[in-house]
Amino acid sequence: MNIIKFIESFTDDNAFRQNASRRQSLGQLGAIGKKSLFAAMPTGLLTLLLVPQKSGAATALTTTADNNSPTDALRLALLLEYLDSEFYQRGLDTNGLIPEGRDRDSYTKIVNNEYGHINTLVQALGGTGSPNYFENPEFDYTAGGLFDPFNNYDQFLALSQSFEDTGVRAYKGQSPNLMSQPDLLQAALQIHATESRQAAEIRRLRGAKGWIQGNNRDGLPPQAQPVYNGEEMATQAGFSTGQVNNPGGPAIPSIAGTESFDEPLTREQVLSIAGMFIPDNPLE
Amino acid sequence: MKETFKVKEVGIANRRSFLKISGLAMAGTALLLTGCNDDDDSGVNNNNNQMPGIRNGVFDFGGGDNGILTYAYALEQLEADFYTRVVNGNTFGSIFNTDEQAVLADLYNHEVIHREVLKQAINTAVNNNQQQVLPNLNFDYGALNFGNRNQVLDVARKLEDTGVAAYNGAGKYLANATNLVLAGKIVSVESRHASVIRSLINPDDAFFAANDVVEPSTGKNMAKEPSQVLSEIEDMGYIQTAFTANYLS
Repeated sequence: MNIIKFIESFTDDNAFRQNASRRQSLGQLGAIGKKSLFAAMPTGLLTLLLVPQKSGAATALTTTADNNSPTDALRLALLLEYLDSEFYQRGLDTNGLIPEGRDRDSYTKIVNNEYGHINTLVQALGGTGSPNYFENPEFDYTAGGLFDPFNNYDQFLALSQSFEDTGVRAYKGQSPNLMSQPDLLQAALQIHATESRQAAEIRRLRGAKGWIQGNNRDGLPPQAQPVYNGEEMATQAGFSTGQVNNPGGPAIPSIAGTESFDEPLTREQVLSIAGMFIPDNPLE
Repeated sequence: MKETFKVKEVGIANRRSFLKISGLAMAGTALLLTGCNDDDDSGVNNNNNQMPGIRNGVFDFGGGDNGILTYAYALEQLEADFYTRVVNGNTFGSIFNTDEQAVLADLYNHEVIHREVLKQAINTAVNNNQQQVLPNLNFDYGALNFGNRNQVLDVARKLEDTGVAAYNGAGKYLANATNLVLAGKIVSVESRHASVIRSLINPDDAFFAANDVVEPSTGKNMAKEPSQVLSEIEDMGYIQTAFTANYLS
């Protein structure tokens, strides 16, 4: 379903979306990917980096046992992008849920960005025919009946915030696993920055600050606390960020130190958070 | 301060040529990965081993991780100085509404803290050798009117968007994962800033992630090479202290 939506965002052919089978759709995904590569040539290099190079060898996963390969990082990112994009698309498709104007404009932009991220990640993983690829799993956005986001906009916003802040922390945590592949690392950093823009926008739509204060979950339900744990870090590079004095400027409150830095999440932390919404997690 | 570090103040024309030269040098090294320099290690590309410090009377950022940290430190110095002037402005409480004041005060706090943390990181990396720590830069904002809301927000937008693109383009030049994560911790907050400043300028039309900063077909925020960023910073004209960046990539 999500893949179909994704393809719709890249094609104007309405007949296609009504008649195409899922298999045809996946074929189309590859073609779309190639087209968009011309628009962003450095991204094109990504495919070369991760597609198995030996002829006839395109059957092996390039994940590692300790889950710290570039492929592992990209697959984790893909899972989160699936989670986010389907959530926003379902929200946009729910009549009367997202108010017209700023809110709807922002969510429309965000879901399109997420589809672009999926496209980038799938290409980097070698396309839909690669063993590194996996399909959009089924999501349960009620988290087993805890939430009702498609009937309650406040809850929809709250879950959106938790998804975006998780995404920011997840990409950050995976960045060291991409250092061996500079083009991939840069692409991930670019996506990371977009996720951060989106996180701030959604937080502002909720009336919260655009940045995270301490480990404050800003009124989100207690189940979201793991998204914010660790954000209270007040030492960076051996420097205490809560005691900064700027001669010639106003006094700087201690809490600003924690706001100034977003903290990484580990793969395990990310999977634990996202797992609430993924009954059958393809990465576990 | 500048005498201590023997940083030479130069006029606009000279400053321009310094930066032009550095931009060319960076473009050259970026294209020719085995590019040469006159360091005494023979036959290898040792830009990464170049320490920050004075060369020919001008501070050079150096290469490798220390060079990238110094480059980031220079950008954070600019942002911190800019927001200090914004919140100190006589009209700060009248030209900005309460929400805007809160945002700009937070940005002031964050950028000063980023500056100080990067300074600390560099000090640690160079064993507190002050000859290798970029001195405090001098700034001048020319015709910018700090009493004009739109002008201030527009400069804030440029600085934040540029900072995000700079970190995005520089990450791949870091060899130390700790430095990469530190940069990552900062850039996502810069990106939050860029988003919020943009929404103050225009809350509608998804301006927080408009096509000039996020490529619509890929959803990727812009990334810029150091040479491009420094060229844009030069065009802004706010940094008055000469520096070079001949070994950044």
